[in-house]
Amino acid sequence: MTNTMTRREWLLSDAPQTRRQARLGAFYQGWLTFRANKLAMLGLIILILLLGMAAFAPLLAPKSPFAQDLASRLQPPSAEHWLGTDALGRDILSRLIHGSRITLFIVGTVALIAPVIGLFIGTVAGFAGGWVDQVLMRITDIFLAFPKLILALAFVAALGPSIGNAVLALALTAWPPYARLARAETLTIRNADFIAAARLQGAGRARLLFRHIWPLCVSSLIVRVALDMAGIILSAAGLGFLGLGAQPPMPEWGAMISDGRTYILDFWWVAAMPGLAIFTVSMAFNLLGDGLRDVLDPKGGAK
Amino acid sequence: MTKPPMLSIHDLNVWFGDPPDRVDAVKHASIAVAEGASFGLVGESGSGKSTILRAVAGLIDSWSGNLEVAGRTIHGARRDRQFFKTVQMVFQDPYASLHPRHSVDAVLSETLRLQGIGDVDRRINRLLDDVGLGRSFRFRYPHQLSGGQRQRVAIARALAAEPRLLLLDEPTSALDVSVQAEILNLLSDLRAEHGLTYLMVTHDLAVVGHMCDRIAVMQHGRLVEELQVEDLRRGAAQADYTRGLIAASGSYRAGG
Amino acid sequence: MTDAPLLSVRNLRVTFPTRQGLFQAVRGINFDLGRERLGVVGESGSGKSMTGRSVLGLIRPPGRVEADRMEFQGQSILNLPERRMRKIRGQRISMVMQDPKFSLNPVMTVGRQITEAYRLHRRVSRADAHAKALEMLRAVQIRDPERVMDSYPHEVSGGMGQRIMIAMMLAPDPEILIADEPTSALDVSVRNEVLSIMDNLVRDRGMGLIFISHDLNMVAQFCDRVLIMYAGRIVETLPARELHKARHPYTQGLLASLPRLDAPQDRLPVLTRQDSWRDGDPIAPHADTDLPGGLR
Ligand SMILES: Nc1ncnc2c1ncn2[C@@H]1O[C@H](COP(=O)(O)OP(=O)(O)OP(=O)(O)O)[C@@H](O)[C@H]1O
Ligand SMILES: Nc1ncnc2c1ncn2[C@@H]1O[C@H](COP(=O)(O)OP(=O)(O)OP(=O)(O)O)[C@@H](O)[C@H]1O
Ligand SMILES: [Mg+2]
Ligand SMILES: [Mg+2]
Repeated sequence: MTNTMTRREWLLSDAPQTRRQARLGAFYQGWLTFRANKLAMLGLIILILLLGMAAFAPLLAPKSPFAQDLASRLQPPSAEHWLGTDALGRDILSRLIHGSRITLFIVGTVALIAPVIGLFIGTVAGFAGGWVDQVLMRITDIFLAFPKLILALAFVAALGPSIGNAVLALALTAWPPYARLARAETLTIRNADFIAAARLQGAGRARLLFRHIWPLCVSSLIVRVALDMAGIILSAAGLGFLGLGAQPPMPEWGAMISDGRTYILDFWWVAAMPGLAIFTVSMAFNLLGDGLRDVLDPKGGAK
Repeated sequence: MTKPPMLSIHDLNVWFGDPPDRVDAVKHASIAVAEGASFGLVGESGSGKSTILRAVAGLIDSWSGNLEVAGRTIHGARRDRQFFKTVQMVFQDPYASLHPRHSVDAVLSETLRLQGIGDVDRRINRLLDDVGLGRSFRFRYPHQLSGGQRQRVAIARALAAEPRLLLLDEPTSALDVSVQAEILNLLSDLRAEHGLTYLMVTHDLAVVGHMCDRIAVMQHGRLVEELQVEDLRRGAAQADYTRGLIAASGSYRAGG
Repeated sequence: MTDAPLLSVRNLRVTFPTRQGLFQAVRGINFDLGRERLGVVGESGSGKSMTGRSVLGLIRPPGRVEADRMEFQGQSILNLPERRMRKIRGQRISMVMQDPKFSLNPVMTVGRQITEAYRLHRRVSRADAHAKALEMLRAVQIRDPERVMDSYPHEVSGGMGQRIMIAMMLAPDPEILIADEPTSALDVSVRNEVLSIMDNLVRDRGMGLIFISHDLNMVAQFCDRVLIMYAGRIVETLPARELHKARHPYTQGLLASLPRLDAPQDRLPVLTRQDSWRDGDPIAPHADTDLPGGLR
C-alpha cells in the first residue's frame, strides 16, 4: 500500500497508520508551513551557515585569530585580509569566524537556561495558584523591575568578569518575561476540560504539568525565545563591549566592536565588521522566530 | 431490589468561594441512581447540573453531604484509582475536552497506562471499534476530527477504564442532529453491552425521553422534582417549573 | 422600512488551500436577508459558520472569500479593508460565535469584556456602559448579574457563557445579527426568552437575523424562512412553517434523526449520505414566497 503512495502523500495522509507516520506527518506539515515563509527560510539558512562556520572555524579561518602582526595593523579590506585587520594586525575575518563559536555558546546556553527557568516558575505559579503563585510572581516582578542590562552588570560585577559569568548573568536576568508568558498561558489552560479529563484518569499534578501543560506553553515560548535572541546577542555584546564578558584576546564580537570604537572614524571596518555580523545574526533569529510563529501558533494549527 | 444503588447522593451542597461572595451552586440535593439505570438531570441553565457531576467526579473540593459510589462512601476531593475505574465522565464540549497536541493514540494509551491496564495496543483498537471509529483514526490529532468524531474519542477515553458509571454532561448538545442520533445510538448500545449506568445532563427533553428511565429536574441549585419518564411524556409533572419546561419545549410561539 | 434586502449575497464561495488541494467550504450560495428571521440548518461541516463569518470578513487567511455580490444595504462589503470592516462589525452587523467559551477571554472578567466591547461602539462613560451591561445580562435571564459581571469565564455555566455572548452582541443594537448556534446549551425556558428578545428586535426595530442552528424543530417554529445546507451548498429553501414538508431527502433525513418525546423509538434512524446531494439543483418553493426581503 505504501509503495503506491509517494513519500509526500504518505507524510500528509489524513489517516496515519503508525505513531511514527503521525509524528513525521505533523512535523512535515509544520515544515511546509515554515518553508512557505521565504524570509524565515533566509533566517534559517543564515543560522545554518553560522553553525557550519562555528563547527569548522579552524578550517575556514584563513589566519589564526590571535596572531598579531603589528606591521600590518589597521589594514583596510584587501585580497590578503578580506575584512581588514584590527589595531594589533589580527585578521578580522578569522576573528569573526572564531567568534561565532563564542556567540553561539552564549546564545545557546542562555536560550537553554532562561526559558526553562521561566517555564518552570510560570507554569508552577499558574497551575498551583494561591500563595505559591503570589510568592513566585512577586519574585518575578522584582527581577522585572530592574533594567536587564543593569541587573546583568550587577551580577557580573559580583561574580567577576568572565564569559561563563556573563552567560549566567544573562540567563538569570532573561527568565522573568518567560515566566510571565508561561503563567498567562497556564491560566488559560488550567481550567480546560481536557485537564479535568486527564485528572479523571488519575493523572497526578506533576504529570498534568509536564505532559499536558508544558507542551502547550512550549510553542509560544520557542517563538518568543527566537525573537528575543537578537536582544540576548546584543546584551552579550554589550557586556563584552564594557569589558565584563569575554576577556581579551578572545574574539567575542561585542569586545571587537569595543576595540574598534577608538578608530571608528578613520578605520571604520574594525568596528563595522563585527557590528555587521551581530546585525546579520540578530536579524536571522528574528526572521526564524517569525516563521516559527506561523508554524507553532496554536490558533493556526487548530481548526 | 436490595442491591445498593450505583450512585447515591444525599443532601449534597456545593459552593464556590468564601463567605462574602460565596456562591451556593447546589443546595441539599439527593438522588439515587440504580445500577444499570439511565438517569437524566434536566433543569435551568446555571442551576448546578454540571456542578453535581463535577463534585461526584472529584473536580470540586468544596462540597458537603454524603456521596456513595457502588456502595463506597467518598470523602473530599481525593479519589483513588479504584474510583476512576468505576466512574468516568464525558464533557459537554468536544472541542475543549481533547488536548490539542495529543493524538487519539496518545490520549488512549495514557489513560490505559494510568489505569494500570496492559496490552495497550490491542485495547486501543478494540476501544476505537467499540465507539465506531475504526483503526484509521488512531493516530489522528484532534484538529483532524469533526465534532462528532471528537466526542467519540472522548467516550472511548471514558470507556478505557471500563467504568460502571458514566457521567455524561450534555454529550450531544454541541453536535448536529444526524451526529446526535449516531452518538445516542452508540450510548444505548454500549449500555446494553457493558451494563453501564448513566447519569446524563441534558436540556433537551426529547433526548432525555429517548435515553433515560428516570429524571430529576433542577432549578436554582435545588432539585424540584424527580419523575419517571412516562410521566414526563404524559405531561404529568407535579412542580410548576417542570410543567413550564414541558410546555416550553413543545413550541416557541412568535409573539403577535 | 424598505423592501430592499438588508443583505444580498450572490455566488458566495469560501476556499481554503489545504495540503490536498483547494477545499471549498462554501460553494456558491445565494441568499437575501430582509428584516426577517432567516434560519440556516445543516449538518456539521456543511459551511454554516463559514457563511456567517465571511459576511463579517472573519475568515482567517489563507482562507479566501469570493462572491459575485455581497451587499449590505446596497453597499458592497466583500473583502473590505479591515479598518472599514471594523466600523461595521459589532456595530451594524454583529455575530454570536458558536463557541462562547472560546470567544471569551479566559483571564478577563465577564463584566469588563462586555463593557469594553460596548464602549468600543458607543461613546459612553464607564458607569453607563456598566449599567447597560447589567441591563443586557438581566434581559437574557441571568440570575444575579452583579456576580456574573465579576466572574471569569470558567466560573460561569455553559449556558450562561452563551447568554453572555448574546448580551454582548446585542448591546450595540446591530442592524443584522448573525447568531451561530446561540441557544445550543440553553434550557428550553431560557431559550424561549432569548428567542423572544431577538424576535422583538426583528419586529420592532427591523433587525435582520441569520439564525444558524441544528435544532430543526426550533428553527421551524421560530424562523420565517430556512436555508438547508449540505457540503457547502444550499440544497433546499423553504418557509419555516413548511419545514416538516421538506422534499429533499437530506432534510427529511435530518428531521427523521430527531428523537421525539411523544413517539419513543429504540434506535434513531441515522443519515446515509448520497453523492448526488452534493451537486443537485437546490429545491426552492414557489417563486412568490421566495421574494427577497421576505416581509410577511
Ligand atoms: N468555578 C466556579 N466558580 C464560581 N462559580 C461557579 C464555578 N463553576 C460554576 N459556578 C456557578 O455555579 C452555578 C451552577 O453552574 P453549573 O455549571 O453547574 O450550571 P449548569 O446547571 O450545568 O448550567 P448549564 O446548563 O448552563 O451548563 C452557576 O451559577 C455558576 O456561575
Ligand atoms: N482553516 C480551515 N482550513 C481548512 N478547512 C476549514 C478551515 N476552517 C473550516 N474548514 C472546513 O470548512 C467546512 C465548513 O465549516 P463550518 O465551520 O462552516 O461548518 P458548520 O456548518 O458551521 O459546522 P458545525 O455545525 O460543526 O459548526 C468544514 O468542513 C471545515 O472542515
Ligand atoms: Mg453545564
Ligand atoms: Mg459552525
